[in-house]
Amino acid sequence: MSDLWEGIRQALWLLVTLDADLVEITLRSLRVTLTALVIACAIALPIGALLSVRRFRARRFTIALLNALMGLPPVVVGLIVYVLLSRSGPFGVFGLIFTPTAMIIAQVIIIVPLIASIAHQALRELWSDYHDLLISLNTTQRQRMAALLWDGRRALLTAALAGFGRAIGEVGAIMIVGGNIDHHTRVLTTAIALETGKGDFAMALGLGFVLILMAIAVNLAIHIIGRTEQEGRW
Amino acid sequence: MSNLFPLTLTGATIRRRGKRLVGPIDLTLQDQGITIVIGPNGAGKTSLLQMMHGIARLSDGDITWGCDLDAARQAQSFVFQQPILLRRSVRDNIAYPLKLRGTPKAKARAQADTAGAQVGLGAMLDRPATFLSGGERQKLAIARAMITKPALLFLDEPCASLDGRATREIEEILQRAAASGTRLIMSTHDMGQARRLADDVLFLLNGHIHDHAPNPQFFDQPQTAEAAAFLNGDIVE
Repeated sequence: MSDLWEGIRQALWLLVTLDADLVEITLRSLRVTLTALVIACAIALPIGALLSVRRFRARRFTIALLNALMGLPPVVVGLIVYVLLSRSGPFGVFGLIFTPTAMIIAQVIIIVPLIASIAHQALRELWSDYHDLLISLNTTQRQRMAALLWDGRRALLTAALAGFGRAIGEVGAIMIVGGNIDHHTRVLTTAIALETGKGDFAMALGLGFVLILMAIAVNLAIHIIGRTEQEGRW
Repeated sequence: MSNLFPLTLTGATIRRRGKRLVGPIDLTLQDQGITIVIGPNGAGKTSLLQMMHGIARLSDGDITWGCDLDAARQAQSFVFQQPILLRRSVRDNIAYPLKLRGTPKAKARAQADTAGAQVGLGAMLDRPATFLSGGERQKLAIARAMITKPALLFLDEPCASLDGRATREIEEILQRAAASGTRLIMSTHDMGQARRLADDVLFLLNGHIHDHAPNPQFFDQPQTAEAAAFLNGDIVE
């Protein structure tokens, strides 16, 4: 119990003094995860929309696969990305291993199935509402997807936030491909793992509270920017 | 636009899961007036309209227009029995078909404002479409269908579950449209409405055209016993 109090005290102290190391790894956490989130959304949201409007042979299989991949073990993803990016791997020439870019790649792979799956669930409902009208208006497939993505943007926000949540708290994959190098690839989660390993529970807890606070802050900020719960209930 | 008609259906049939919904229908329609489709529930009114419009796949037979199919599809609109509202403002709903056709946003919105005002939605253009009442929703759907200035407008029981006043307002809108040269094909359950609007009447029974006659001949001298019974308010099966 005293560890918990000590952790809260440490967290407050780190926050109040704006500890330089803390600020640095927090910003890096944010940068890596938000970049991964933007890239993943750009890939996953159109996939979700396409799966809603288009009937093709492997559609059921694709949906089942995406649902299964939602539970993709991050450690395995990290391992595969590590093998691909390592010096001797097929993409080794790019020198990406142990860089923030490698961490972004791993996070994108982890959250694309999650975001695509949730987006598909939401847009499928919308498509069944819109189907007759959009067919009647001679829309192209692209226009149908655009209508769904735009009118379903509130629901897609939820998908994006779920992706953010999974990416920001992720430690297994980025530990492997990033290497937790101080001032280079150390982020909040890997720092927590390190402090825990060293036995400095108070520091680990302090970092953990900062992580939770940041996740809440980002969620609130996105909700305020997206003005959910304000302009009607779509 | 003027070469859309004649619309010719030859043996047009829709079957779903082994059940015949409508057809085979042999019918030719010319480019004038308001055609009203009547008949009991399940007679195939909706299927007939959707089949002509091309949103229900034909199982058999053929539908031809006076022009090629793409041009024909561009020149017609459909108003559904349950209005389908996009989750947008009233204005953006009405402007949507124009946007699909590449009209610049400002111009599309300006046209939508005019069209909205014409159907009496002028005060609600900025509201989310889902805030509208039943009658207002149907007016929105009609304004949206009319904004592309279609040569042909299908309406599937547009006044079902609306009260007298909303029905009268919608009929006025439709009569204005017909007067300005839009061809209307509309199904209804309301015999009073059919009498008021129809130039000719299609009486549908069990998926077949049982009777096709001009108004008022259809109502005054029905040619078949079933049509007479239906007009009398008897249950026709």
